[in-house]
Amino acid sequence: MRSLYISLFSEFYKSRKTLAFWAAIILPVVICGLITFGFYSSSEKILAMHYPPMLLWLRYIGAALGVMGVLILPFYVIFMAFSVNNIEHKNDTWKTLFAQPLNKFSIYTAKYLYAVILIFICLFLFAVLTLAFGHLLQVLVPKYNLNEFDPSVLLIKFYFKLFLSSLGILSIQFILSLVWADFLKPMGIGFVGTIMGIITANVSWKYAYLIPYSHPSLVLSSSTAVKKLKNPADFEIFTQEVWTSLIFAVVLFIIGYFIASRKSIK
Amino acid sequence: MNNYAIETVGLNFNFDNQPIIKDLSLQVPTGSIYGFLGPNGAGKTTTIKILLNLLKSPSDQVFIFGKEINHNRIAILKRVGALVEQPAIYGHLSGKENLNNRCLLLGIKKTKTDEMLALVGLTEAANKKASKYSLGMKQRLGIALALVSDPELLLLDEPTNGLDPNGIIEIRNLMLDLATNHGKTILVSSHLLAEIERTATHVGIINRGKLLFQGTIDELHQLSKPMLEIEVDRIENASEFLKNAGYSITAQTEKRITIPFTNAKDSGILNSLLIQNGFTVSSLYQQRKDLENLFLDITKNN
Repeated sequence: MRSLYISLFSEFYKSRKTLAFWAAIILPVVICGLITFGFYSSSEKILAMHYPPMLLWLRYIGAALGVMGVLILPFYVIFMAFSVNNIEHKNDTWKTLFAQPLNKFSIYTAKYLYAVILIFICLFLFAVLTLAFGHLLQVLVPKYNLNEFDPSVLLIKFYFKLFLSSLGILSIQFILSLVWADFLKPMGIGFVGTIMGIITANVSWKYAYLIPYSHPSLVLSSSTAVKKLKNPADFEIFTQEVWTSLIFAVVLFIIGYFIASRKSIK
Repeated sequence: MNNYAIETVGLNFNFDNQPIIKDLSLQVPTGSIYGFLGPNGAGKTTTIKILLNLLKSPSDQVFIFGKEINHNRIAILKRVGALVEQPAIYGHLSGKENLNNRCLLLGIKKTKTDEMLALVGLTEAANKKASKYSLGMKQRLGIALALVSDPELLLLDEPTNGLDPNGIIEIRNLMLDLATNHGKTILVSSHLLAEIERTATHVGIINRGKLLFQGTIDELHQLSKPMLEIEVDRIENASEFLKNAGYSITAQTEKRITIPFTNAKDSGILNSLLIQNGFTVSSLYQQRKDLENLFLDITKNN
């Protein structure tokens, strides 16, 4: 346990000056900021639609989720898995890392866990900033009726589900980045996978849930159905695609350890 | 067994069914500077990786501080510092941050960082990005990283690679200081004998995965038998004359004759003999076989 904690802290120390770490913070700030600016600058058009409070929130949240969930999340996960491993590839530090008097499994787990934590922080910030910027919007444009509905439960539940659905992709990309030191191979495979995932999810293919890259899209498309309900926060988190994502994550995490422990010897 | 910091017993190691290390029995006495010599590709780095358990050795073949390595990995690694191939440094961090990170991993106080930077002369460059370091500075940082845990055993893989003469002398003095004043055991690999000769107390010579020689540096010197070089006129006749007088001639060039050296008195007798028979001896001296040549002989003949 101490080994794991030490390794995890060291991962933070090593990456705190890299883009991978700051992307987790900058990404939600920029995207939420841009959408809020959009809602602020075109407020007259939006006000003319006379949305009820709940629907206005859903439109506002949906704007961030649309870009985020389908494209940015998978690519962020791909990039994250790459950079956590690349820090050792680039500096040729795998052997030194595994020559430390620390449990090998802890070193590997810390790396994986660190990537998971960064994705969690990123999505958590998305939820929090959407809420905060929404209320800021209300202050800036008092004619909006955003204060008449509380979307916090919906936001937290939804982003949590999105987080869980991204773990399958993370595990695949983590292994790819562990095996290959270059950026193009994991990125290329991830890109093709993501496109495939979006298509299969959009055409509602029966077995789309078996492809981890489709999980975020599946979670998103299930949300459009949710919008019709009276209470949009009333949806199940552990659906088929989330379970599949988690199973993928656990199995590939274990396989990854055997790859990592052999990797160190080269 | 307790006298050895490192002991391998008939160690064999294969890569994809290709034997890399064959029946290697290293014995590195505690407190020694053990020069691990061999040409490139002889298996030096592989051996060091095995000693760090980066490569898994067959059980009961590798003992560090008398303990079997596979079963005592963490306990052993706590007492070992290493520099394998190029120093492993995070380029985007400064030298100081690199050391801080290592302190973190080892659970050591960060005050040790400044001490190490001073030891390897990097205090002024402490906050510079390590990717901007020169090769020599990187090497020194690598050594600082290996030393930060104050290990009893240091494994240094070609630590003077890429260093200028000043840097080489600094590393050499550092090694001598660590071994004599701080009681450390150092295994240092190199493909340059001259390098090892100046620091090592013990030497092991490896080629194609096999240990060809192991012993103290004096034992290595004794291997090189001294020769007597004689510069004389009418060299063909002199050679013939010496053969008839019962001397065995090891080598003969246009200028000089080489015969095995026995002792000073015999050399004197030989000198007189040549002069009495009308030869002019311009020079007569004892020559030790160059260790460099000896090294080449040992590694070539096997």
